Amino acid sequence: MTLHELLIQPFVEFGFMRRALVACVALGLSCGPIGTLLVLRRMSLVGDAIAHALLPGAALAFVMFGYSLWAMSVGGFVAAVAVAGLAGLVARLTPQREDASFAAFYLIALAGGVMIISMRGSSVDLMRVLFGTVLAVDDASLLLIAGIASVSLLVLAVVYRPLVVECFDPGFLRHLGHAGAWVHGLFLMLLVLNLVGGFQALGTLMAVGLMMLPATAARFWAAEVWSLAAVAALIAVLSGWGGLLLSYHANLPSGPAIVMLAGSFYVLSLLLGSRDSLLARQRSQRTHRKA
Amino acid sequence: MSMRFDASRRASLQMLLAMGALRPALAAASAEPAAAPVLKVVATFSILADMVREVGGPAVEVSALVGPNADAHVYEPTPADVRRVARADLVVANGLRFEGWIDRLIASSGYRGKVVVASAGIVPLQLGGGADPHAWQSMVNGQRYAQTLRGALLAAAPQRSAEINAQAAGYLARMAALEQDTRSRIAALPESRRRVITSHDAFGYFAAAYGVRFIAPRGWTTGSEPSAETVARIVRQARETQASALLVENISDPRLIERIAREAHLKVGGQLYSDALSAPGTAADTYIHLFEHNVRTLVEAMTPAGNEHTH
Repeated sequence: MTLHELLIQPFVEFGFMRRALVACVALGLSCGPIGTLLVLRRMSLVGDAIAHALLPGAALAFVMFGYSLWAMSVGGFVAAVAVAGLAGLVARLTPQREDASFAAFYLIALAGGVMIISMRGSSVDLMRVLFGTVLAVDDASLLLIAGIASVSLLVLAVVYRPLVVECFDPGFLRHLGHAGAWVHGLFLMLLVLNLVGGFQALGTLMAVGLMMLPATAARFWAAEVWSLAAVAALIAVLSGWGGLLLSYHANLPSGPAIVMLAGSFYVLSLLLGSRDSLLARQRSQRTHRKA
Repeated sequence: MSMRFDASRRASLQMLLAMGALRPALAAASAEPAAAPVLKVVATFSILADMVREVGGPAVEVSALVGPNADAHVYEPTPADVRRVARADLVVANGLRFEGWIDRLIASSGYRGKVVVASAGIVPLQLGGGADPHAWQSMVNGQRYAQTLRGALLAAAPQRSAEINAQAAGYLARMAALEQDTRSRIAALPESRRRVITSHDAFGYFAAAYGVRFIAPRGWTTGSEPSAETVARIVRQARETQASALLVENISDPRLIERIAREAHLKVGGQLYSDALSAPGTAADTYIHLFEHNVRTLVEAMTPAGNEHTH
């Protein structure tokens, strides 16, 4: 098998592979930076919570309108924004921290989603309808994903400065009052949007994996916010490409293959990365001892 | 209160008297075929049960162990099923190892009557190293089944032979007409169009009888998330064989089917029924309806349409 056959030919021969790749690239480009900001803001688990919070909205939209990409995406978006908003509100009005209220609301939402799904009878079927597969991306979902990625990157560029400042000095934006809350809310919106796009494309709750794993891996290679985001996006895109090839050559389901590959990138970075990885730490200790 | 009690007692007394008076009359009637006891038949699955019902008419009371829309391959007998088999006058099975569980079920029920093998006399096709059990998918075989069932019912209830013979003759005539019709409708299609892709391998007899090619891609199961390799193989096979349509069964992700069909320049056809009838009142609720539905679906899928190659 030549290198061309191994890496390129599947995408040349099959339109569904090209579409899947475009979806993964678009998703990777916007998920990388958003994941990085989540990690820096110590909100790594919020992505997971939001991904689960989408479920009742998408399920309810499916029960009401049948299979419609737009209804299900809007439903998921509304449910997740509601969970994020309520969690933020509780954190603002009571002494409870946002992570605790987030956990409470997303669990309520998840239970609601599972309940709606099981009321429809066979849970397997609805789960498969709710979560698309990256191999079946049609024009509408491709437009949705590309649109979400473009909007996310544009908005991130506009609010980049306040977002970054808040990562390192949370007091600064609180000092600004309303503007700070506004930036935070906008960021959560982007997060929800990307997860909506992600679960349309990757087809599982693991969509959040393409957001978090590259961002956590990037930390072992880069230090500045922009370079972290760039490395994360690169790893996400590579995971999408490699995961699709893995699914093609090794006969593995595509969504999990992509996320598993992103996971391998994380483990490799943890072991061998150029900054603060286990290898780098050992090396620097040795040089210290010598000196 | 007491008035009512008296009235009901009087009524039951009258009934007892009446029954006593009727007894000789009943005995006389049982010599007539019309009042002979109804034959209790247990068939292993819904298609067979329907055939027995058609052939036996009012002479039989049929129940199926594996009902409509249920899969005989994964059937698990319940205690109620065992009881039904134990009380049956006749048990009907397809044979050709379609019901791997039937021998054990009969042994555990203590049923000692005859087990009719409906596929008797049919030369089986081969499927993956064994006999292909789905013989009813050809209407010629369907007629064989009906004849076998007629013989078995006649042997079990000779006193109702006139009824059974008349009922079976009507059924066989309808089957023969359907066979003729199917043959001519499929023969009218160009041979290059008579290729479809399906997700299951139950149509070997149909293929052999009517000259339609069914292509079932390897590894296409509905139970798991597909890999890119599986989808690629289906697409490639569809392109190479130049199939006319993609006919699906119970595949729950419509997007994936749509994608595969587009990629291979195929149209998506309807659903074929293979091993079970559909629920009463729906498209394939009898054997004849099932067969008609499959033929209609196939002919529609294979008919060349003007707008088909506009990709």
